[in-house]
Formats: sequence, structure tokens, C-alpha cells
Amino acid sequence: MTKINTVNESSTEALLNPNLNRKPDTMFKIIVSKFFKNKLAVIGLIFLTIIILSAIFAPLLTPYTPEEQSLRDRLLPPSSDHLLGTDKFGRDIFTRILYGGQISLLVGFISILGSVTIGAIVGSIAGYFGGIIDSILMRIVDTLLAVPTLFLLITLVTIFTPGIDKLIYIFILFGWLGTARLVRAEFLSLRTREFVLSARTMGVKNRSIIFSHILPNAMGPIIVSATLGVGGIILTEAALSYLGLGIQPPIPSWGNMLQDAQNYTIMLKAWWYPTFPGLMILITVLSFNFIGDGLRDAFDPKINE
Amino acid sequence: MITKNADNPTKTTEVEQNTLLEIKNLKKYFPIKHGILQRTVGHIKAVDDISLTVKKGETLGLVGESGCGKSTIGRTIIRLYEPTEGEITFKNQNISHMKERELRQDVRKNIQMIFQDPFASLNPRKTLRMILGEPLKIHYNHSRKKQEEIIGELLEKVGLSSKFLNRYPHEFSGGQRQRIGIARVLTLNPDLVIADEAVSALDVSIQAQITNLMQDLQAELGLTYIFISHDLSVVRHISDRVGIMYLGKLMELGTKADLFQEPLHPYSQALLSAVPTPKKQKTVQRERILLKGDIPSPANPPKGCVFHTRCPHVMDRCKQEVPSLLQVKKDHFVACHLY
Repeated sequence: MTKINTVNESSTEALLNPNLNRKPDTMFKIIVSKFFKNKLAVIGLIFLTIIILSAIFAPLLTPYTPEEQSLRDRLLPPSSDHLLGTDKFGRDIFTRILYGGQISLLVGFISILGSVTIGAIVGSIAGYFGGIIDSILMRIVDTLLAVPTLFLLITLVTIFTPGIDKLIYIFILFGWLGTARLVRAEFLSLRTREFVLSARTMGVKNRSIIFSHILPNAMGPIIVSATLGVGGIILTEAALSYLGLGIQPPIPSWGNMLQDAQNYTIMLKAWWYPTFPGLMILITVLSFNFIGDGLRDAFDPKINE
Repeated sequence: MITKNADNPTKTTEVEQNTLLEIKNLKKYFPIKHGILQRTVGHIKAVDDISLTVKKGETLGLVGESGCGKSTIGRTIIRLYEPTEGEITFKNQNISHMKERELRQDVRKNIQMIFQDPFASLNPRKTLRMILGEPLKIHYNHSRKKQEEIIGELLEKVGLSSKFLNRYPHEFSGGQRQRIGIARVLTLNPDLVIADEAVSALDVSIQAQITNLMQDLQAELGLTYIFISHDLSVVRHISDRVGIMYLGKLMELGTKADLFQEPLHPYSQALLSAVPTPKKQKTVQRERILLKGDIPSPANPPKGCVFHTRCPHVMDRCKQEVPSLLQVKKDHFVACHLY
């Protein structure tokens, strides 16, 4: 034994000498520190934090309520009373943006949480077990992907009276497909990796291999796609609301605020009316995208600081 | 049955007692699938009718070009693959078609594998403590302290420090990772270790360190190795017996000394003639035998002897009849119509 030790003690020690006694970083710490080195991602995170906090604390930030109408104050430009002006019913746009943010973000987060969970489970099973299970699951996914989603959304929303809960169900129903494919692809490549084979030869159970060995290694792409997905859902929700099929007035959402403003005379006379909700959608989606990119790099163990 | 020695019945039982692993007519075919319906249109005959035995405490080297099925045979023995046909007997237990649940009870911890790529064989999301602790957690019910103790001892055994327990694999060099891989294999105290190209991905100087480590551990713990490699000099260094594979078949099997000094099969002769010998060493200067053509596809191997398309001594018989592995001398088997 002594022989072995002498052979490489020197090389081992030398190699890791510089900070042999430092406290080792956890994976989480490494990821966080890598994330914070990405400037755009940090900017995105700051914006998103502000948006989320102001949506949560909306009642404290504004003296108005979102449904409060005042026909005398219609289409007022931004001023100290109405920070971002008023709409055609004299409602405060700043207030409606804050409350609309609650709805838009809530729909986005819950839909993504649901669809990523389903997608990850289906994708893991299809990718890990392969064969007939994979074929069946993936044909279901292919079939659902071939459905023209927007038209189906519109049809479904027309059949069931539109509402926040129904919107979320529909987003989940069609949202998990992409994640399932992504996770399956990750699993296909990871399951033949030697560390997975090694776990199998150690006698690790399938469930544990899927959830404790492979999934953590596929987490990067999943989180990235989830982050980007929230942005996508906010956009779809805005599009549906714009068509009048999303969140129904008087409940504000960024989408239906844009719809309110679509009359061209309003657009010309009151630029602030469509601009601010549109800007909010833009900033929010952009923030999600930047954060998604930052997370992707941070999760990649091959990219070092 | 190639180990049975008809003239000497007492010897036979002794050999059988020492047998750790016995493979009989093992075949592993991978189906080639085509089209939307995934119809099977053919088979890749990765391992085709191989029989051999591995004795307790020995190192059996398996050599061959890439694609000859040497990795597949290793993975079939450890039951990452289910054999298409044939029998694998490990410690007098037929494991060829055991269900995963049965394998987990006894077999899994007794057969372990060291993998080729030290960068792919350790989970990048787990610390050394988790990597080495997991197999212990599955098969034993040690207390936390006892587990730490075992892991610490193992790390020392493979020449690493237990200071590294909280490190992730990417913080180690290739040679260190391979040591970790070896330590992980040892956590379960296996009888049989299959080393699948265990040193091929390492620098030559590190290769020597790792093979020496493996030899020391074998002496200390009484391990049995199946050492799969394409590198003849490493195999020569570490093996007691060597098997030479070509296109899914075992061509020749013998002790290291026999095989390297007097290879009988034309393929073995060609393969060994490709090994450069140091000038000072007084070995029989062999002429380099160059083989014509490429390896045929394992999906459509030649009829008769699989080597007949490239064999310098090819006869009519070779194109028709598959030669079986025959004993030509004590412990020396060859599959060739010349003998």
C-alpha cells in the first residue's frame, strides 16, 4: 500500500494544493455564482423581481382599485395623480398594470409548473425505458403537437366560458409536450452514459436512477425551458386576451388591457394606453429569456467561470 | 466445456471448484430495426457463440479490434444486456436470464465494472461522498460513521485522500477519477471485476499507475479480473490468460506465456506481430504480418470461419465449416482448421 501512496501522493497533493482546505462549494453555490456573473441575466432577474414584488404588493403601491371607474378622468395623460395615465373608463393604468401582472404571472407560473411536471415525468419514462413505452408515449405527443393549438384554444375557450382556471388547464394540456420531448432526448443520451450504467451494475433501482441520477443532470435544460416557457405563456395569454378570449374584463390582464386600447383613435390620442401594458409584456418576457439563458450557462458543468 | 481435462479427473474437480464464472455458448445479437413499424431486418452478431471460464483470482485478458464484441461480452456478463442465447454461470448460479430484482439480491454486488471513460463514469452532480456512499447504502445497513470509515479506508487504498470527500468529479484529473471508479467498485467487495478498457483513456504514465494499483489490489483482496482492452502491451502486463476475439468469436485462448510466445491462430499471429518490441529485448523477431481488407460487418459475417476473408492460410474448408475452439495443448485453445 505504501508503494501506491508514494506513487501519487505528490501528484495528487500538488494538483489540488492551492486550496486543499477550503470549504467545498455545493453544486447550488457553484450554479448561483456562475449565474451572477452573467450581466444580462442579473438585469433580467432584477426587473423580474421588481415586477413580481410590485404585483404582490399592488394594494400598498396605489390608492386606486383596478375596477374603479371615473368617467370624468377618461384618457388622461401620465401625471402625478395617474402615473401612467388613465384608460377609456378613467381607470388608473398603473394600478391595472400592477393587478394585471398578478394575473398574467400567476397564469404563467402555475401553467408552467403543471406542464413541466407532467412533461418531465412522461419524458423520463419514455426516454429511460424506450421501446414500446417510448413509441406509445411519443406518438401521443406527436398527435397532440399536430393539433393547431391556437384554434383549439379558441374553440375550447368558447365552449367553456373563459376563466383563469380553464385557461391554466388548457395551457397545461398543451404545454407539457415540448418538455416531454426535451426530457426524453436528454434521457436518451444520458441513459447510456457510463455513470448510469455504473449505477445499474451497483443495483440502483430504476426509480432512483431516473430521479436521482439522470434527472438532476437533465435539470438545466428543463429549468431553462420552463423559464422561457413562462414568457411564452404570458405572450399566448396576451394574444388570447387580445382576441377577447382570455381573461375577461373587468379583471385586468396585460393582454386584455392591450385589447381595450386597440381602437386606432385611442392609439393616436392616448399613446400611453397601449404602450405601457405592451412594454410590461416586453420587459417581462425579455427578463424571462435573459434569466433562462443565464441559467442554461450556469447549469452547464462544462462552462467554468 | 473447455476446462474439463479428460485424462485427469481429480484435476477436473479442482478446476471446477476454482471456477468463478463460466460462459457457455454465449450469444448476444442486437436487432437491426427499420421503418415505421420497427421491423427487425437483421442482427448484429456482437457476441457469437463464446464459451470460456474464469478462475478465481486470475486475470483474464480479452483483446481484439474495436467492434469485435469484447465490450459487449463484458456488459452481457454483468447483465447490462440480456444474452440472446447461452448460459452465464456465476458462483454456480445461472444468471443468464435472472430478473433485475433477483440480480440485485446477490449478483449485482459481486460483479462490478470499471468503465473506460473516467469523465463519463462518475455522476457530475454528486460528490465523492455520495458516489462512494450510494452502493453501500443500497446493499448494507451501516451507520453513518461506519460508512464514512469504510469510504475513508477505500480512498486511502486507491491512493486518494479523504479530504476530497466533498468534491465533485470535475475537480479531479483523469487518473484520479479512475481511482475513484476503482474505489467505488471496491465498496461492494466484489468477487469479479470487469475492467472495460479501464486504462485506455489515460496517459501512458498514468496507465502504468492504474494497472499497478489494480494488480496490488488484486493481490491484497483476491480479486478476479476480466480485463478488456485493445492494447496488447497492457494486457500482456496484467493478464494471466488471454483470449483473442475477432468478429464476435473467440479465436484463441491460452496462458499469457503461450499466447505471446507462440500464437497459433493466424489472426493472433497477425495481431501480435503488430506490437512493437524493444530492440534490446531478445525475442524472436517476428515479421510484420499485414492483413488484407477490412473487418467484415458483424451484421453479415462471412460463412464458415469468420476470419477466412483475410486469412493468409485460407483453405476451402474454412469457407464452409465453422471451426470450434479445440484444445491443442494444456490450457491452450484455438479455433482454426489448421490445428
